[in-house]
Amino acid sequence: MATFAEPAGTRRPPKGRGKGRDKPVKKRSTWWKTALGVFFTALMLFPVYWIFNVSLTQRSDLRKNPPNIFPVDPTFEGYEAVFDQQLPALGTSLLVGLGCVVLTVVIAAPAAYAISLLRMKGGKTLNFILLVAQMIPAVVMAMGFYAIYVRLGLLNSIWGLILADSTIAVPFGVLLFAAFMSGIPRELIQAAKMDGASAWRTFISVVMPISRNSALTVSLFAFLWAWSDFVFASTLNRNGDMIPITLSIYNYIGNNTTQWNAIMATAMVASIPAAILLVFAQKYVAAGVTAGAVKD
Amino acid sequence: MTVASAAAPAPNGTQPKPSRVKQVRHPNGSPWIAFGFAAPLVAYLLAFYVYPLIRSIDLSIHDYNVRAFVQGNAEFVGLEKYIDVLTSPLFPKALWNTVLFVGISIIFQYAIGLALAVFFRNTFRLSGILRALFLVPWLLPLIVSASTWSWMMNSDSGIINSFLGAFGIGQINWITSPDTALTAVIIANIWLGIPFNLVILYSGLQNIPGEVYEAASLDGANGWTTFWRVTFPLLRPVSAITILLGLVYTLKVVDIVWIMTKGGPANSSLTLAVWSYREAFGTGQPAFSPAAAIGNLLIIIALVFGLFYVRLQRREEH
Repeated sequence: MATFAEPAGTRRPPKGRGKGRDKPVKKRSTWWKTALGVFFTALMLFPVYWIFNVSLTQRSDLRKNPPNIFPVDPTFEGYEAVFDQQLPALGTSLLVGLGCVVLTVVIAAPAAYAISLLRMKGGKTLNFILLVAQMIPAVVMAMGFYAIYVRLGLLNSIWGLILADSTIAVPFGVLLFAAFMSGIPRELIQAAKMDGASAWRTFISVVMPISRNSALTVSLFAFLWAWSDFVFASTLNRNGDMIPITLSIYNYIGNNTTQWNAIMATAMVASIPAAILLVFAQKYVAAGVTAGAVKD
Repeated sequence: MTVASAAAPAPNGTQPKPSRVKQVRHPNGSPWIAFGFAAPLVAYLLAFYVYPLIRSIDLSIHDYNVRAFVQGNAEFVGLEKYIDVLTSPLFPKALWNTVLFVGISIIFQYAIGLALAVFFRNTFRLSGILRALFLVPWLLPLIVSASTWSWMMNSDSGIINSFLGAFGIGQINWITSPDTALTAVIIANIWLGIPFNLVILYSGLQNIPGEVYEAASLDGANGWTTFWRVTFPLLRPVSAITILLGLVYTLKVVDIVWIMTKGGPANSSLTLAVWSYREAFGTGQPAFSPAAAIGNLLIIIALVFGLFYVRLQRREEH
């Protein structure tokens, strides 16, 4: 049931084998495509490999020219520095990310329900506003938030950062939820109505369970964007006691221009959520990119 | 790439007028209930979008310094800050850098993304996994990618220079020379944007029915002709959407440039968005008013492309 109206892109599983086009004749000659594909991927992912390589390089070898292509004689001093210094920042980012997920889903899902299934007046206008909202540069938002937070004393607070970061994900969340929910068969909603369910009850017991894939996609993006955010963190939270990992890496680069192994080790650790998402939720990631057509 | 409104007309059209009266009485049909569900969003948008925007406009038409910022008694100066920005010698420079940054980034991201999408259209061994791996650059926090590129482009011990050195190309001061700083951030930004283009164009390709290709190959078209005569024209709507969205999102990029070059050296990689960020937060002396003026100009530019995008998307739905 949960898959009947997924956003474009998830309809086809990643390995679209068995399509009429792949005739057995072609199969024989695809090894060179695999080779080419591996080459392209390796080229594309070289910077990622380089993070890994540098993170394990001895400090004395960092300035070596040419650099070591493989981590010969690897050291873990970079990772030790991460665990000594960066754990609080990672914890802060986790907190901010989870806060954003909750805030985004709580606000976006009911609104999408109103727009797509309750046929709210002005739903189209709201949709349009959300599309436009996604186009406002973060730097402008950051200035507005800064001006407001100065007065309210919310600068350098976790709550302030969660609120600001959530603005990246909320419009996207509403659009994605609404796109999915408008594909839910009306009969299902009607049936719930017949059984005497209120609009709220229908939302909680019928619409949300069906929409759990969308909820997952929205949550993933809300988390990832909050985790990766630099502009809000560096403007609204730069002198805070609890700074997120992005800002922590930035400060670290500013203070330790020589310890690139530690910087890259932090970068490795900061990329863990991305790696987890890729392994466990690649389908939802692709769905999110195409459905909301969003970026950065 | 659908928006919620697409599904609404069908059931509405079939219902005769009287049922609408019934709807109003029915709990689920009441407009107030629908509004109740949307109320948190509306309140949220007012508080966290509209209000910050109003504040940013307010900043740009007053002369704010740090003290006035806290006390809120800045002098009203009208459009003076906008005129200052537009007549500043930095403006043409920043505008041109923005055009180059956005234009070159988009062209390469799109071309490479499309080539890869076509390449991955035919499934082969490992194609699913490899395509998934292409998402990595897009998922990494920008601070990670930006600092990695900085280190790879390091003049003395960067891997890129030592690779080029193997071909006899002398040391290039990618980030520290005004001649190449913009190129350096554009390269990094192209790399970042490829996954987005690949995913959207790939999904666009999936929506082209296989029979079209079969017909083309029956007519004796080779791969190259098929691409230019069939795939590319059929992909035009998706291409337009991809490029416009790319434009809007690239216009507002701050972090990649800021982390790599801070817009320097000598403003050589200063784009409008980075300029705005630098004025407000990048120096010890925050100048919020000009920063807000630059930011608001940027909104106007982004909205022009944005409205094109919305129009295109609407047309796609019909």
